[in-house]
Amino acid sequence: MAEAAKFDLNDDSVVVIVGTGAGGGVLANELAQKGVKVVALEAGGRYLPEDYINDEWESFGQLAWTDPRTTSGDWRVAKDFSGLPAWIVKAVGGTSIHWAGASLRFQDHEWKALTNYGAVEGANLLDWPIDAAEMAPWYDRAEAKLGVAGVGGRPRLPGNNNYKVFEAGAHALGYKEVHTGNMAINSVDYDGRISCQQTGFCFQGCKWGAKWSSAYTDIPRGEATGNLEVRDHAHAARILHDDSGKVTGVEYFDKDGNLQMQKARVVCVAGNSFESPRLLLNSASAMFPDGLANSSGQVGRNYMRHMTGSVYATFEKPVKMWRGTTMAGIVRDEARHDPARGFVGGYELETLSLGLPFMAAFLNPGGWGRSFTTALDAYENMAGMWIVGEDMPQETNRVTLSEVKDQWGLPVANVNFSDHANDIAMRSHAYAQGEAIYKAVGATRVFPTPPYPSTHNLGTNRMSERPEDGVVNKHGQSHDIANLFVSDGSQFTTGAAENPTLTIVALAIRQADYIAGQMTAQAI
Amino acid sequence: MERLNKTGLTRRALLSRAVAAGALCVTGAGFIAAPDAAWALEVTTITEHEMATLVQMARDIYPHDRLVDQYYVTAVKGYDAEDKKQMVAEGIAALDAAAKEAGFADYASVGWEEDRVKLLQAMEDTPFFQTVRGGLVTGLYNQKEIWPLFGYEGESFSKGGYIDRGFNDIDWL
Repeated sequence: MAEAAKFDLNDDSVVVIVGTGAGGGVLANELAQKGVKVVALEAGGRYLPEDYINDEWESFGQLAWTDPRTTSGDWRVAKDFSGLPAWIVKAVGGTSIHWAGASLRFQDHEWKALTNYGAVEGANLLDWPIDAAEMAPWYDRAEAKLGVAGVGGRPRLPGNNNYKVFEAGAHALGYKEVHTGNMAINSVDYDGRISCQQTGFCFQGCKWGAKWSSAYTDIPRGEATGNLEVRDHAHAARILHDDSGKVTGVEYFDKDGNLQMQKARVVCVAGNSFESPRLLLNSASAMFPDGLANSSGQVGRNYMRHMTGSVYATFEKPVKMWRGTTMAGIVRDEARHDPARGFVGGYELETLSLGLPFMAAFLNPGGWGRSFTTALDAYENMAGMWIVGEDMPQETNRVTLSEVKDQWGLPVANVNFSDHANDIAMRSHAYAQGEAIYKAVGATRVFPTPPYPSTHNLGTNRMSERPEDGVVNKHGQSHDIANLFVSDGSQFTTGAAENPTLTIVALAIRQADYIAGQMTAQAI
Repeated sequence: MERLNKTGLTRRALLSRAVAAGALCVTGAGFIAAPDAAWALEVTTITEHEMATLVQMARDIYPHDRLVDQYYVTAVKGYDAEDKKQMVAEGIAALDAAAKEAGFADYASVGWEEDRVKLLQAMEDTPFFQTVRGGLVTGLYNQKEIWPLFGYEGESFSKGGYIDRGFNDIDWL
């Protein structure tokens, strides 16, 4: 491998990317492959598969973003995990280390939620300025990059015990689209990475490298071009601009806590849906008193986290759900848009398992006594699934700057969230269906489990056709500042029912093409 | 937990003394032990009574009849610390006062779990209860020694995962 590049702080020809996850990490590599010089700033450290720890709490300590955040709103996370609104990663590779691997394309109608669902009271629905036809080739490339099993001629993964219970129950209910998922986990050796060894601990980083993560694919490949420098433990503080309103660089705290400034030709923000709007808001100036790219007032707004929840159930005999792939299968029949069910949009049901330590923390946060402990006593006989559905964007669900400051003295993100009535109706429906699946195969007890700290954080810098409706255009380029981009899930206009990573990756590949073209054309 | 106390007696000697004294948890001399000698703990900062009550409280919050006291002891022994002393003293005093009001000598001497749980429910929203409960989530369930008692196997990477070891061995569907 060629030695990774090292760029001067005063080199104003580079693209600076803040964040190295599914969005930033892929964008960095794609640009580097095209010969564009990139400095990627990553707040966390660098860990590779040999470093990952197959122990839930120890791994959480290694990888999770635990810098302070504050919460408000009526979501239960604000009560149970008030300082931890999200379970996401602070490391080179970002949350692509932690994700389960589900790689689903949006359904065609989901690109145009406002058109297809109609206006929903209290929701700030909007159509994406792009559609399924536009995205199809980018999805093709994303699936090939990630090696998604179940598409492109790649076989699906074998089903584990947790899946078999789920599948039998789903078939008993008459569900048709039931399988082991489109997963960015190798079912056969692919792209220099081995196939899944059914080890579990997908959330803690795949020690085999069988699951795709930018940490050990795109990042080192980008570095091998000599065009990418990744600076770890580099915490972005502020994006600077000149008198013409163009961004000129990024101030960050380096690993020694010193404030540095990297000059830039283009800045791309990819710090996940809390940190990206936080950085834009913390970059407020005399020229942009409400923060960068915020003439619409939409920066930080329309925070979506997917309508989630889990259903666990206990059975007479052992399941041992922790064995093998964590997200080992899916029911897609409820993902359709069918308002006859009492809500717009749809949801997926996907198997999930937690180890005993996390089950104790998440089954019923705050719960105690025998109702709680007898559930754990039956842990070996437990099966589990996760619900992931489209939630409604609401202007008041938003990231703002908190009174609380972090270790650098910067205001942290406050995350305000309350469920929309549509979210609640969908969750009730999903709980009932999930419970029915397990009861159909003899569940002795079911547990409608509340949402965990969010992993799918979306929408806080949303994409819109018109500048007044959102923060970025259809390329993720800010409406206000031509050389400022958003490159993560915060650009999602609506959330769709699908796990977002594949779409984040597809958008990043597409954005790299656009940025390189605009640079060549001297437009930015 | 083999250790010497201040007087130089061995754990075993102390335990035998504890047993001789009858079914007492509190043995005096800063040392508490299970009546069946299965565990023992020396306290240095909080009182033996407070520690014994904390152990009972921990079991009442997360009761698992398959878990012996030792795991609960391990989960709460961190409260024997200078910076926890006041919180523990006040919390246990409040718990004992509530027990007295309900006609018992103190919390630990309430015979039935459901009666103790009622006392805990009445203080469920206090910082003391929430601190103890919250600490137990990791303090108890993250003890690797208890995992096999729940069937949980922990990491499998060192054994090559479950690809050849039963990831799909369910036989009752």
